[in-house]
Amino acid sequence: MSAIRVRVLPRKREKSGNERQRPGANNTLLITAFLLPGMLVFVLFLLWPITQSLPLSLYKWNGLGPLTEFIGGDNYTRLFNDSIFQESVKHSFLIMSLSLIIQLPLALGLALILGRGDLWGRRIFRAVLFVPYIFSEIIAALIWLYVWKPVNGLANVALGSLIPDFTPISWLADRQIVLFGIFAVITWKYVGFHMILYMAGLQNIPKDLEEAARVDGATERHVLQYITLPLLGSTIRLTVFLSVLGSFQQFVIIQVMTLGGPANASQVIATYLYKVGIQQFQLGFGSAIAVILFAITLVFSIGYQRIVLRRDYSPEAI
Amino acid sequence: MTLRLGSTFNTALKYLILIVVSLIVMSPVLTAVLGSIRTNGEFLTTPFGLPTQGIQWANYLDILLDPIFWNLMKNSLFITVAVTVLNIILSSLLAFVFTRVQFRGRGFLFNVLSLGLLFPIVIAILPIFLQIRSLKLINSLWGVIFPLVAFGLPGSVVILRGFFIHVPNELEDASYIDGCTTWGFFIHILLPLARPALTAVAVLQIIAAWNDYFVAYLVLNDPKLWPLTLGIQQFQGKYSTDFARIMAYVTLLVIPAILFYLFAEKYIVTGLTGGELKG
Repeated sequence: MSAIRVRVLPRKREKSGNERQRPGANNTLLITAFLLPGMLVFVLFLLWPITQSLPLSLYKWNGLGPLTEFIGGDNYTRLFNDSIFQESVKHSFLIMSLSLIIQLPLALGLALILGRGDLWGRRIFRAVLFVPYIFSEIIAALIWLYVWKPVNGLANVALGSLIPDFTPISWLADRQIVLFGIFAVITWKYVGFHMILYMAGLQNIPKDLEEAARVDGATERHVLQYITLPLLGSTIRLTVFLSVLGSFQQFVIIQVMTLGGPANASQVIATYLYKVGIQQFQLGFGSAIAVILFAITLVFSIGYQRIVLRRDYSPEAI
Repeated sequence: MTLRLGSTFNTALKYLILIVVSLIVMSPVLTAVLGSIRTNGEFLTTPFGLPTQGIQWANYLDILLDPIFWNLMKNSLFITVAVTVLNIILSSLLAFVFTRVQFRGRGFLFNVLSLGLLFPIVIAILPIFLQIRSLKLINSLWGVIFPLVAFGLPGSVVILRGFFIHVPNELEDASYIDGCTTWGFFIHILLPLARPALTAVAVLQIIAAWNDYFVAYLVLNDPKLWPLTLGIQQFQGKYSTDFARIMAYVTLLVIPAILFYLFAEKYIVTGLTGGELKG
């Protein structure tokens, strides 16, 4: 395998050839002028606000008046005893698991079928499958509200015509089903994105390798198992990363379609954060939720990069 | 012979799967488009079908003749143009110093900026809201524009940096010998060369800003300032039983998105996949 690995990882470390100081490139003034505007916007509207969540989470605050009521870790104690919060965390993890188990394999399967340019109509299928990705989330949510409509919605009508004696389902009103209804919308919107990434990854795999294996008598399954999928490894690891991060930031689709209901059955961390922090003006308590969400994301990102993505980018692996 | 039969069968199976999946993906959109030219009654009895009572242009006229729609459109366009222009300017300046100028703390600053890639805007709802409030930008379009620029910057810088880093040093050296300043090299040589990468960045920003619902939802209370994404939701609330009209509204937003995709396909795909951006 190691012989193949060399070619698997096309992303070499970027060359450091541009590092030398140029004679004409003077100095502090120029560097400041180039850096300042961008870094200012970045710090003012992203970095600084984000760091404020942690101190805020130690207060009880309704957002008005000065910040005086310091309560230490009380918001966190309250959070861990909050059953709705626990439900929200569970739901976020469920959406993440479904994305990994259903959405990514589906995207991978479609990419493999579309292949590398010998299928007639490839561009048309790619466009059809990808285009929901560029619709805004609000459009996706509104369209799907009518697909999931209990009376004469598209889903119930379609299923009714396929299955005799089909009883219409209240997709978004049933506590057991609502999250799957939401997940279907997420999959519809994002499966094309992952498919595009896989298709790009496939482009980088030399066809000769697969051909050579076929000539040597490998079956299609073996070619897939021992050549194509391992060579696609770095892309797969990247999509897992993006998919996990993406799952935890789902907000608009849920907020528009169910507001986290019925009875919190589709509440996820982000929607609960909005409800508590913005709608109920419990900014300290809301910040504690933000800090937890932040911690999950950070631990996952750093851990995943250290352990999994590292070999895709580090020179030792090559 | 068996081989040929096998591969024909395989191809047929591939097409079958692709066609079925494509139909499932397209059907909600087709339902919306067809629904928009039918009467509400038709839509209620059979959600999917061709118009039987003539094409209902009135569904569209009601929206298009309403000045509110055009005001929403104006706000959406303003946000989109401002975010895209600011993002392009700021990210190309940053990507330039991060690739072609050596200075102390460069690696550190780049890492700080890359951290931004990890934090989706959703996580920062409360602090962003407070920051916008303390800067007195609540109910201002700039309160939407600046956070969108800030959250878009890290991604844009990464794309542009990947391109800038491959521009040969010899070119830069030669331009200095010919009397170019650093600024001159940046503006007259590097940026024109980087046009495909800049286009990819612009296209991704246009999509992100045009589609933004979240920041606008957080920052704008005044309906006069809303973009289309908030407007359509309010419209849906107001005419919640008049599905045909809502579908017309949806179609008015879906068609431009599809056209934009067809027009910018190459840049969307290369921008997202980090593919080779050749000139």
